[in-house]
Amino acid sequence: MRCITTPENMLSPEGAFGGNPLFYWIYGLAAHLVPCWLAYVIAGLVIMLILINAVLLGAAIVSWGERRLLGRFQNRVGPNRWGPFGALQPIADLTKLITKEDIIPYGADRLAFTAVPVIMVSSLLVATAVIPFAKDVALVDLNVGVLFILAVSSLTSIAIFTAGWASNNRYALFGAGRAVAVLISYEVPVVLSLLGVVVVAGSMSLGDIVVAQAVPFFLVQPLAFFVFLAGMSAELNRTPFDVAEAESEIIAGYHTEYSGIKFALIQAAEFGGALFVSGLIATLFLAGWAGPVADWLGWLWFLIKTFIGIFLFVWIRSTFPRLRLDQIMAVCWKFLMPLSIINLAAVVLEVYFLRDASGTLSTSDLWIMAGINMVVAVVSIAFFGRIIRQKIRNSSRTMTASAPMVRGVPTIEVG
Amino acid sequence: MTLTAVPGETLGRRLQEAAPDAVIEWDESAVWVRPESIGTVANFLRNDSETDFVFLNSISAIDFIEYFELVYHLTSLAKQQTGVVRSRVYGREEPSAASVFNVWRGADFQEREIWDLMGIRFNGHPNMKRIMLWEGFDGHPLRKDFL
Amino acid sequence: MTIRTEPMTVNVGPQHPSTHGVFRVRITFDGEDIVEVEPVLGYLHRGSEKLAEERNYVQVVTLTDRLDYTSSMINNQAYCLAVEQLLGIEPPPRGKYLRTLTAELQRIASHLIAVGFFVQELGAFGTPLMYTFRSRERILDLFEMLCGARITVSYMRPGGVFSDTPPDFWPALDQFLEDFEGELEEIENLLLNNEILMVRTRGVSPLPADVAINCSVSGPVLRASGVNWDWRKMAPYDAYDQVDFDVPIGSNGDNYDRFWVRMQEVRQSLRIVRQCIAQIEPGPVRLELPLVLRAEPGAEAYGRVEASKGELGFFLVSDGGVSPYRCKIRSPSLINLTITEHLLLGWKLADMIVSLGSVDINMGEVDR
Repeated sequence: MRCITTPENMLSPEGAFGGNPLFYWIYGLAAHLVPCWLAYVIAGLVIMLILINAVLLGAAIVSWGERRLLGRFQNRVGPNRWGPFGALQPIADLTKLITKEDIIPYGADRLAFTAVPVIMVSSLLVATAVIPFAKDVALVDLNVGVLFILAVSSLTSIAIFTAGWASNNRYALFGAGRAVAVLISYEVPVVLSLLGVVVVAGSMSLGDIVVAQAVPFFLVQPLAFFVFLAGMSAELNRTPFDVAEAESEIIAGYHTEYSGIKFALIQAAEFGGALFVSGLIATLFLAGWAGPVADWLGWLWFLIKTFIGIFLFVWIRSTFPRLRLDQIMAVCWKFLMPLSIINLAAVVLEVYFLRDASGTLSTSDLWIMAGINMVVAVVSIAFFGRIIRQKIRNSSRTMTASAPMVRGVPTIEVG
Repeated sequence: MTLTAVPGETLGRRLQEAAPDAVIEWDESAVWVRPESIGTVANFLRNDSETDFVFLNSISAIDFIEYFELVYHLTSLAKQQTGVVRSRVYGREEPSAASVFNVWRGADFQEREIWDLMGIRFNGHPNMKRIMLWEGFDGHPLRKDFL
Repeated sequence: MTIRTEPMTVNVGPQHPSTHGVFRVRITFDGEDIVEVEPVLGYLHRGSEKLAEERNYVQVVTLTDRLDYTSSMINNQAYCLAVEQLLGIEPPPRGKYLRTLTAELQRIASHLIAVGFFVQELGAFGTPLMYTFRSRERILDLFEMLCGARITVSYMRPGGVFSDTPPDFWPALDQFLEDFEGELEEIENLLLNNEILMVRTRGVSPLPADVAINCSVSGPVLRASGVNWDWRKMAPYDAYDQVDFDVPIGSNGDNYDRFWVRMQEVRQSLRIVRQCIAQIEPGPVRLELPLVLRAEPGAEAYGRVEASKGELGFFLVSDGGVSPYRCKIRSPSLINLTITEHLLLGWKLADMIVSLGSVDINMGEVDR
């Protein structure tokens, strides 16, 4: 072994790749043949390649599964032509999209326009790096995993805004403006709901959060689960919060002008996003890989729980109409926001009173919390639901239908 | 409750009191008025409590070669009666009639359509543009001499 | 500090996923608020009225199919009524009942489309639309049994209908009615009390009754504004004086009312269909008429029906020839569009699509 830094040192849990056994194995293999730094690079590349391909393949499977499921929900068949149950449909779609002409509209900002699909896909891939797919199997188990995910996944919205601006299309601009408005609205309640999770788990590392879930957190913090689910619907641009690409209103929103391979990448990012968010929900609220024989079958439990998340999203998508932009903001600020604050307050108080001297929570403590929080969730959702219902209804009733015609340039006073 | 058709004579006599110059003749089904006074007639028929024609069903234009005929089908919702007002417009170069846009807003598209396809201009319509065909189209297709 | 903002003019249509065909409306937005509206029509103009002058009275029936292609039966009916008025004839009772029955089935189909697309435009991804289309397909299958066509039926003729029903039509109709009961209930459960649907449509784009009347609006849009006016009640044609049905009336004239009125009308149409089945008796379905019809010179007739979109009228003028001298079509969709500006001004982009959908226009009929 000619390496200056031994694998053992570098692959310790404090090291860059956080004890990934596959990395260790590849690194050891390569180090016999090539210089140490090259072995390190090779091992890293291989493992990233595996992850990227897994995520994109997963996105393809999600796209097929979603269309099949939607078909079932809607009394139709869905794609069933190529492959068993039409499972090869994504390949056909991809082939079609890749071979199509790649149009950049006249007057578009070429650089920004081209960068958008890349940003969307790469931010998705970067975000998946911290998800533990099975026991101790994560590309990297960051100790600020939750923060990392929040930061990276918000990049998508910036990409959407860039797309809307760069497309030189007014529908795209509408989509971009809406996306930003929605981003600002849902981000705060989502962060607050995740704070509750972090408080109970006592760590921001996703691996630790899974371990901390002796009782799955969707039971311990139903409110946080609810808020997170709603917020993630908004992040994924899914009904009832899909205003940014509202098909019936603004064609396709920000990706109206995208075609060919760029459109394929955007679609991959969207379906991959659904996969990623479902994985996140599985990790944060459904106890991730935990389950019977977790050492060996952790990946199976993780996949099953991820599928539950995807199914939930497809179900919601196929059922609900869309809210209007102002209604979404009202829901986020006046409904989800108080709910997440209530959740955070309740969790903080419970943790303060229930934890033992060393600051840890036992399983029975978690069950007690679950019991209390269930009641809190039902009461507060019913209470705030009633209020928001009145507010939204009243707001649409009192809107004036006969605004005067405005000609020329209206101005908005600020400050 | 069924609909009754107001005879042209009743309409004609009623109109003669209000606008004596407007009425030309009547038969059992309709009353003929001068094209330039359709607006006045319409206003009277809508507001008069006897006729109460608040609802304009349709405006039709017919090309009889010597003249164009405008046919207004009217309905009173409260009194449940219908009436027909007609008007002959002479001249093939610049035929024109008074608009009823200000009386019945529903005449908007119909008058524009008649201008577009039949070539009768309605004076007083705020937006007398072609509706089905594009601006600059040559001729008016529904005329009998359009080939 | 003042930030200058600019209004933005957007062409909605003619290629837009939810403008019901090739309707185009030029809208100026201030942010998401609508400040100026200008409908632009004519992309589907085929000159039906001119074409009708070149065809004989029976051939024109095929032109009427292509007006509002979602309710061609009712178009046939309106035209045939006008021709019958012109000739002074009346179809035999069985013909009348068959017309009423098929027209009501067509109304159900048309309203199902209207409701399905209305909810689709609210953003429900396909599910309600597919539910409504499931039932509509069954109705089209029934039409196929009657006349071999699903959309462009040309089933009715002046003096009755084209032919009697095939023997397997009645069991199929019974089966459909039985199934449709459950399917309709499913759709109603899904939509009528849907919270998001109510929030999005209640109080949005209200149309007061006086405005509706002044704009010559007709059909479900007029009734949603609270005006009790249905030509099937006011001037009964065909077998409508023999059947019993209610006319659903809205109160606010907002988008929800327009949607609600259509949902209720489907129920009433079902009632009429049931009564027609009970009352219909064997007999001839069509008068013996010469192949080429001729009316008296100078004869005129205005035949009108309550079509699914509103009052559909045919104004026929005869010069004694084999084809109408003038065939004016009073199309409900075109005249209902008069209220576009009233409905849209001051509302938001998202409401625009829904309001247009709630008027339920059909471009084949608007442009003719």
